[in-house]
Amino acid sequence: MKLKKGIPVIDQCDKLGFWGGKFGGNFVPETLKKPIEDLEILFNKLKKDKKFINERDKYFKNWVGSPTRFIKLQNLTKHLGGAQIWSKVVSDANGGAHKIYNATVHCLLAKRSGKKIICGDTGAGYAGKMLSMAAKKFGLKCKIFMGAKDIQRQQPNVKAMKKNGAEVIPVYSGSQTLVDAVSECMRYWVANCDKVAMCVGSTVGPAIFVRICGWSTSQISRELKIQLVNEFGSVPKKLKLYNCVGGGSSSFGFWNEFMDYDKKQCEFIGVEAGGPAKSRKHAAPLTYGSKIGILHGAAQYVNQNTDGQIEETESISAGLDYPGISPLHCFLKDIKRARYTSASDEEALNAYKLVTKFEKLRPSLEPSHAFSVAIAESKKLSKDTIVVVNSCGDAYKDRAIIESRLGKKYV
Amino acid sequence: MYNPISYAFKKAKSEKRPALLTYTVAGDSSKKQSLEILKSISKKVDILEIGVPHNTPVADGSQIQTSSYRAIKNGIKVNDIFKIVKNFKKFDINKPVILMGYYNMIFQYGENEFLRQCKISGVNGLIVVDLPWPENKKFANKCKKKSIFFIQLLSPTTTKNRLKQIIKDSHEMIYFISMLSTTGGKLKVSSKEILHNYDKIKKINSKKNVVIGFGITEKTIKSLKKADGLVVGSAICKEITSSIKKRQNPVTNVYNVVNRLKNKIK
Repeated sequence: MKLKKGIPVIDQCDKLGFWGGKFGGNFVPETLKKPIEDLEILFNKLKKDKKFINERDKYFKNWVGSPTRFIKLQNLTKHLGGAQIWSKVVSDANGGAHKIYNATVHCLLAKRSGKKIICGDTGAGYAGKMLSMAAKKFGLKCKIFMGAKDIQRQQPNVKAMKKNGAEVIPVYSGSQTLVDAVSECMRYWVANCDKVAMCVGSTVGPAIFVRICGWSTSQISRELKIQLVNEFGSVPKKLKLYNCVGGGSSSFGFWNEFMDYDKKQCEFIGVEAGGPAKSRKHAAPLTYGSKIGILHGAAQYVNQNTDGQIEETESISAGLDYPGISPLHCFLKDIKRARYTSASDEEALNAYKLVTKFEKLRPSLEPSHAFSVAIAESKKLSKDTIVVVNSCGDAYKDRAIIESRLGKKYV
Repeated sequence: MYNPISYAFKKAKSEKRPALLTYTVAGDSSKKQSLEILKSISKKVDILEIGVPHNTPVADGSQIQTSSYRAIKNGIKVNDIFKIVKNFKKFDINKPVILMGYYNMIFQYGENEFLRQCKISGVNGLIVVDLPWPENKKFANKCKKKSIFFIQLLSPTTTKNRLKQIIKDSHEMIYFISMLSTTGGKLKVSSKEILHNYDKIKKINSKKNVVIGFGITEKTIKSLKKADGLVVGSAICKEITSSIKKRQNPVTNVYNVVNRLKNKIK
């Protein structure tokens, strides 16, 4: 199992959609074979089509608002006294998170395929909110599946979806979180795939959805590379890219353009959700060495019991609260291109406190996990090391949780 | 290869009726009761499909989900399912049994070990919802070596070319999904259209036994009578759920439903 240089990672899967021969694939009901194949043909054609790329770039620039800022966290750097800490403020993007890239591309694809309805899943509500925005922009009807527990804890995003005209369908099965929302969304697609396009909200699901999402979020690292060169004259000699990992869409997009660099120069650090410090439950299959299993159409490391039932996860962050992980990250872990670790709920909250104390930046609970590890490691790193944390979401949606855990003054 | 599934179709054909296949979830509502249900409906049913419950099913509607969650909550494990089959076979050795489920359960058990246990307990066929063709080629061959039918699924979205290839690689029984739906959906296409698609499959190879499933209830079963076999699942799971709610005996109630279904296709 090896990384091939010069070929995008999303295109390094085999004919059946497996990365490294064992991650990903298409474990789907027969009914979905045809619509998936149609989407593959369309995507493979369009990603080579200059007109389509120009259209995508036009919307990314004028509507999503690219590039998002790349800023130095001066005060935090000074306080910690180690590496230089920077942030790519992806939450600047229209809607407040990286999910807008994937949503935009899926709507563009849906338009090309002639479908008038698009359905999607959501955990933190960002994927759903962005899909509802993009659907509205492109004149598509939109249905969002969301776990009932997540609806309760991410109200601001639910309101936004409804305001954009999307129908939000609560999912009451299982743990009532993201995993169940994805299942329900896939079931809905099984029953309506002739008329409806599906957008999977992260780099998970059948191989084609992993590829489309990774292709879309890679915009983040395309921008970052230019910004790094502008700032330092070239890609820094010691660069460390920290990103939270739930399904893995923002981290993959944050790293993609740097894939072929030696990891001694560009190190990737993925931070999973370790859950409450006192709980045995977590959403960190890579950190805790979960076994390979099949979830939502793809083979991946996934939290499960010995029988193969998917286990419930627990995390303060709805966006990371997923028992599996993108096949792309399983691949990057096994070939040792990226390093994965986790942060607990409490560690993420502490990082949020520290970042907001020193900087005019309010990372949501998801990137707060990445900040937690970046802060801890930066202290021990040399001053010429450039640490970049992807602040891929804004804390506005987490107001209620932050208020109840840290008090009003942190909101 | 001899397999009682083939015999069941032959027998139904000789009686000029479709084979009746039922689907119940192993361990629903308890290990003991699911075995009792199998025993009680066995004389009315030609082939028993037993669901291996999974907690992230991507193709099941609410009725089967409810049954599956109930069974898992009541502690059903894969090994218990083999025990249920084994005990059932002690009661009626000739009745064919098919296990139906999702691939992760087999993958975690280990394909070879899973098939070995199938053989020991008396499983005659397997339906793996999320292991489509061509991904299932290797596993289907392993099944064949053990004289266990791997049952390929076909759907209205399956292209003609694909139909031919899948049918060519299929064993004696094929499962045709009647419409674009999860299990238990309301029949949203006419039986004429379903039978038209069914005929397309039979035309490619008339020797394969093709069963139709999804959306079949007491109301719709008669209109599809000409098929080689008909599968009823969600309607039975629903009956178990409502029996529990009404504090009635699911075993008798399910038997009554199956009896009525059988009478409609006689």
